Amino acid sequence: MRQNIIDICYLIAAVGFVLALRGLSSPKGARLGNIIGATGMAVAIGATFAVDGLTNFGVIVGAIAVGVAIGVPAARMVKMTAIPQMVAIFNGVGGAAAALVSISEFSREAGAHPATYQVVEVLAGVLIGSVSFSGSVVAFAKLQEIMTGRPLTYPGQQAVNAALGVVILALVGAGLGTDSTIAVIALLALSLVLGVAFVLPIGGADVPVLISLLNSFTGIAVAATGFVLRSTVLIVAGTLVGASGTLLTRMMSKAMGRSITNILFGAFGSVITASGSMEGATGGSVKAGTVEDIGVLLAYSRKVAIVPGYGLAVAQAQHVARELADELAKHGVEVFYAIHPVAGRMPGHMNVLLAEANVPYEQLKEMDQANPELPTADVALVVGANDVVNPAARNSPGSPIYGMPILNVDEASNVVFLKRSMRPGFAGIDNELLYDPKTTMLFGDAKDSLTKLVAAVAAT
Amino acid sequence: MIGTTLANTSILQLITVFILSAFLGFEVISKVPSILHTPLMSGTNAIHGVILVGAIIVTGTAHGAGELTLGFITVVLATVNVVGGFVVTDRMLEMFKSKSRPGQPPDRARDGDGPDANAAGSAR
Repeated sequence: MRQNIIDICYLIAAVGFVLALRGLSSPKGARLGNIIGATGMAVAIGATFAVDGLTNFGVIVGAIAVGVAIGVPAARMVKMTAIPQMVAIFNGVGGAAAALVSISEFSREAGAHPATYQVVEVLAGVLIGSVSFSGSVVAFAKLQEIMTGRPLTYPGQQAVNAALGVVILALVGAGLGTDSTIAVIALLALSLVLGVAFVLPIGGADVPVLISLLNSFTGIAVAATGFVLRSTVLIVAGTLVGASGTLLTRMMSKAMGRSITNILFGAFGSVITASGSMEGATGGSVKAGTVEDIGVLLAYSRKVAIVPGYGLAVAQAQHVARELADELAKHGVEVFYAIHPVAGRMPGHMNVLLAEANVPYEQLKEMDQANPELPTADVALVVGANDVVNPAARNSPGSPIYGMPILNVDEASNVVFLKRSMRPGFAGIDNELLYDPKTTMLFGDAKDSLTKLVAAVAAT
Repeated sequence: MIGTTLANTSILQLITVFILSAFLGFEVISKVPSILHTPLMSGTNAIHGVILVGAIIVTGTAHGAGELTLGFITVVLATVNVVGGFVVTDRMLEMFKSKSRPGQPPDRARDGDGPDANAAGSAR
């Protein structure tokens, strides 16, 4: 009887997770969906305490208290710009937990000659969970700039990774034959190495896509653990995340105009391509403007498109950007924001940042709406973006970003770039638009430059 | 194996659940606008925190200091995944909600949101 009630609770939780996913995929029901998911989770966890034969409740409750004390403040205090690395680390700890649950269960059963399929379940949980954990930690380090965000490559890297994969497969085979704990621990260690090796050559704007993939890995690891424990709720939830995460990864890479294989194995941006040097030859000089000139240009425009990018996110300049838009509105200038799908650090990230700065919804234009409007804009003000406005994606077939959908800011009458330096963007490709006669550069930190522009516009 | 919730469920039934869930996972998010990619990633991230159920079962059946320590660590990690995931997703979605009512003042200052929230509040 008690077991039936527990199982019904798990069923309720599983339905909650499905509703959460559905809610999260449309703007209307997103927040409610998340709350339904959280409620389902609470039901599942509560029911687990009633499972027959459990003891050590003091340890469990204490550990949950510690977890809450770490997780809630971390999630509440993280800056909106740092969300991607926060998601990465939450994903990593989930993967680690899945691997540890599998190992714990295996070490108890090792002497009892488990069936082959049971060993497979354990090995899958350990392998995928560990890869997800160590991969997420490296992704976190890259986004947090503890280590370089650029792809790290060395000669023969693919071969080394492939060899690592073969050794791991051999170990899985050995584990099947002997069901020894030592084989599992060796597998754990090598999987951790594989996670690191897998993530090192992936850099820059590709890291968020990678996190989405690792997220689905953790889901699959949780599902494998569900097989180990004969728990349907783990299988349902883990598989849901694994499947939807895979699809989401594909959608993200599509928004970047690239294939998943290219993102994972292409070591994108590690080489400066030939097209870069070509532009250097034909490009000529760069025109740097003063704050006053640009302020006047903006204040006397009819229509200004603000194109926010990664640099705006890094400089935390979303609030100042809105101040500038407000100031321009006072001068009777029509302002809209042109948002590239992968502006910021991950798809949709820029919308979150601008929403945080209370930018009115109707001023935000997705790429499909923004591109027809850009030719009518007097000024396109590009704040810390580069690759997503690089015309090379349209007209330079040799370029690595060729084919990526971009915002056509080059069609506006004037282009103003707020940029730290002439350094190329994540993709490592020169941008010919920077050398265009109608382009004016304002060098410096995005937030500083915007603050000065607000003052300059106000003084006009 | 021990600590099972459905001890007599056959492996075939579990595989059935697995495959149907995979199809459901694909179907349920067939198309997502790119503005929701980040919250959806974060939301699914929270859902796989359900590993906490497994962590509790393993810890609840642990014997000896070694197993208990391992269990403790596992429960802590899984809890961070669950609560962190849901809280961070909610924070993101809260902001999406406010922008659909552009005429209204921003939500009351949320504690713990740091300088950004204050700046948003005072700028109004």
